Amino acid sequence: MPPSSEFEKGGEEVSRSGRIAIVLGLFACAVFLVVFAAMSFVGTEPQTVSYLGDVSTGHVHLVFQTDSAVGTGAHPTWVSYQTMTPRTKHWVHTTLVQLPAHTKIDVTLYQFDSGSPLRNQQFGMVTGTAGGTAKLDGKTFKVINSYKPPGVGHTFTVPALGLSVPLEGVDTSKPGFCTSGPCNPRTQLHQTMTFSFTTPGPGNYHFQCFIPCGAGHYAGNGGPMQTLGYMGGFLEVRA
Amino acid sequence: MSDESGTTGGPGAGRSGSTDQTHHFRRLIPVWLVASLACDLIWWFVAGPHVPPGDMTNVAQGAQFDFNVLFLAAAPVVLGVWIYMAYAIYMWRDSRPGAPEPVGGPAARGNFKVQFWWIAITTVVVLGAFVFGTVELILPAGAGGAEGPNPIWKPSSTSILPVQVIAQQWKFTYRYPTFGGMETSTLVLPDDTETAFHVTSLDVIHSFWAYQIGVKADANPQVDDVAYAKTRQTGTFTVRCSELCGIWHGAMYDYGKVVSKDAFEKWALSTMRKQAVDTKYLPPFAWTYSATANGATGVTGINTSGQSPFSKEEHYGATKAAQKVVRTPSAATVTTGT
Repeated sequence: MPPSSEFEKGGEEVSRSGRIAIVLGLFACAVFLVVFAAMSFVGTEPQTVSYLGDVSTGHVHLVFQTDSAVGTGAHPTWVSYQTMTPRTKHWVHTTLVQLPAHTKIDVTLYQFDSGSPLRNQQFGMVTGTAGGTAKLDGKTFKVINSYKPPGVGHTFTVPALGLSVPLEGVDTSKPGFCTSGPCNPRTQLHQTMTFSFTTPGPGNYHFQCFIPCGAGHYAGNGGPMQTLGYMGGFLEVRA
Repeated sequence: MSDESGTTGGPGAGRSGSTDQTHHFRRLIPVWLVASLACDLIWWFVAGPHVPPGDMTNVAQGAQFDFNVLFLAAAPVVLGVWIYMAYAIYMWRDSRPGAPEPVGGPAARGNFKVQFWWIAITTVVVLGAFVFGTVELILPAGAGGAEGPNPIWKPSSTSILPVQVIAQQWKFTYRYPTFGGMETSTLVLPDDTETAFHVTSLDVIHSFWAYQIGVKADANPQVDDVAYAKTRQTGTFTVRCSELCGIWHGAMYDYGKVVSKDAFEKWALSTMRKQAVDTKYLPPFAWTYSATANGATGVTGINTSGQSPFSKEEHYGATKAAQKVVRTPSAATVTTGT
């Protein structure tokens, strides 16, 4: 087939300045996409709550709550931890916490979720706390039989520190069950768990819940169990 | 390259095409022999004892020995190639006086003697590695690798410590059926003792990799995967999950200890007492556990295969008077402790 006259002509040449403009334009687009992707990733990381402030009393009071539904963000129906800021006393949807090293940490954990049996009752035992015990509504205990209702709602476990505390579930037959976080310990049904531990040297110590509470996900360990900011996070211990 | 007498023609022939009568192999072989011997001796006596995973157990020692033997076999081959290559680059370089033109030259022909010995030697090396590897796998009862629920290579010891390794997202726990069925977060083993690791999972696929003791076994739900190792010395070792199993896979590690028999028994009895408050709530011991029933209704849902936690061989610790152990997995209660 004979080439057309236009083909033979080869079209008009793009000028040098035009070629430079195209290259720069494409480069700008690529840079924008990279920055956008990076900012999106950074922007999705949960906020870090710092407890590094005043430790003149020799200890830090760390406050968490566990909700049956976080109530905010991209997955409002997922179970989640929430963390109280030490100064403003506001609840923040995060599991990233900064703690001072070699310091006694007094933990108060408001447990608002219902319970079920642990997949491994080993995590029904309190380990790694001061005295090897924790308190449930002021009553000291060493172990929770997760097979006995209301069972265990979640655990607060830091494997690298050998620290694990089962969090008893609430009795959902009682009024005041919180269905959307952040829940209010003054008005809504909850269990108050308290315990203490001492931070080791600086490092990042992962903590997680050891009851498969990611309902609707394979083996209960998907979704909130595998997403930072929900049922797992880090204790960032600093010097 | 070589003629039947081991001399070299082609590449080294002069521009006139005359045959090079230099005995290249007679130069190369002594150099190769000395280099190989030196390399192997240095490796065996200097580096070899430090090759991972060490020699904390018989299977770790076996892995170290296998690695060293394979190095000894491979080093002469590698050196042979390198020495010949260096020699060829130097001897038959283009800038060498009298080097041949890059085109033309005599056609390559087969050399029966070279071909025969090439095939014979490589066959011996490969078959030797096959036989050696097979023997080294069978003799130490699986060489620390898992053999599934019905091992065909078992250790000869008649006093084996059974330890159940329970993997779950994202932590290992360890259950000692012969010590009242207690479950701990720390793996402690007695020295000079054969251990049977019964590895299983409560959720997804994990892999139990106890590095310094040379044990690696897949942890599959509903499967009792058995591996053996005999401890040889005290020390600490690292346990890691080596199967990507989710967001906290990288945090799924802990440290185990091999201690003296006396220290182990003190630890075991003390841990039994400490864990007793929780042990009574554990589901009855079984070789695998249901992933969904999680013991909520007692024995229901526990995959009791009917296999006793004690066998004729796996009874280390079971005779301690201080224990009241569960004799069969169908028993509904654990009566250990105070």
